Amino acid sequence: MTHRILWLLAILILAYPGIDARAGGKTLPPVADPLVANLCGECHMAFPPGFLPARSWTAIMATLDDHFGEDATLPGDQARAVEAYLTDHAGDAPGGGARREFMRWVAPGGVPRRITDNPAFLREHDFPERVWQRPEVVTRSNCPACHRRADRGLFDD
Amino acid sequence: MTRLAAAALLALVLSPATLAAADGQQAAILDAYAAKARAADPAFTGFSAARGEALFRREWNGGDPRTPACTSCHTANPKQPGRNAKTGRPIDPAAASASPERYADPGKVEKHFSRDCKSVLGRDCTAIERGDHITFMAGQ
Repeated sequence: MTHRILWLLAILILAYPGIDARAGGKTLPPVADPLVANLCGECHMAFPPGFLPARSWTAIMATLDDHFGEDATLPGDQARAVEAYLTDHAGDAPGGGARREFMRWVAPGGVPRRITDNPAFLREHDFPERVWQRPEVVTRSNCPACHRRADRGLFDD
Repeated sequence: MTRLAAAALLALVLSPATLAAADGQQAAILDAYAAKARAADPAFTGFSAARGEALFRREWNGGDPRTPACTSCHTANPKQPGRNAKTGRPIDPAAASASPERYADPGKVEKHFSRDCKSVLGRDCTAIERGDHITFMAGQ
């Protein structure tokens, strides 16, 4: 009987992606706010804010006129709403839970701008150059090129 | 009830009336650009799809090296989906026949022009260029 319960528990843990996040950091809550999803998602995947600390999002939103070489300026009210959402759901925001996992690499007071600078990202994406050169990839920040459920916050494939 | 509402919504989205509304907004956007074009150049007589196509196909090499031309992201065939040359994100076709909603929201249209012209041409697009582009895409 006890065995059966343990098996059931094991299957549940393997099947439920939310638990996987605590174990391996392969999932993160996706952007749930439609305005943020639309505005950020117009040019690139709306990255889960848990990938960066709040101060990183503040710095990114303060420099939208040179957003990785692109002028991504937004009207003031939209920019404020996006920044509030991103900082409220940042990796170091209160109640972060699984998101804390992604903050371990960040130096105290550090302000990383690129999710792809995370050593854990680099470790897990140590592919030969020809993989990065695939036409559908274009850039390392294009998660959905390979992670087909990235828009749902699932990065375990 | 919900099924009925969903059906009604779907009908609304796909209805000729909605498409006509998008058309009407597109015409209003063109009218606004025409007014600006006339103000900038009294000799302005109207937009040209041919000029718009030349603009679309020209290798400008004026802004970001990753986007030397409009076709860098939108491909040479505007009826086909494209791909953002910087981020890899898939892009809906630029042709109005394939993406009727694309030229319906003036704020969005302005935002795209100001961003993409800087990236491709290395400068702002004039009102004539904006109108020519939409006129070209309206016929695609």
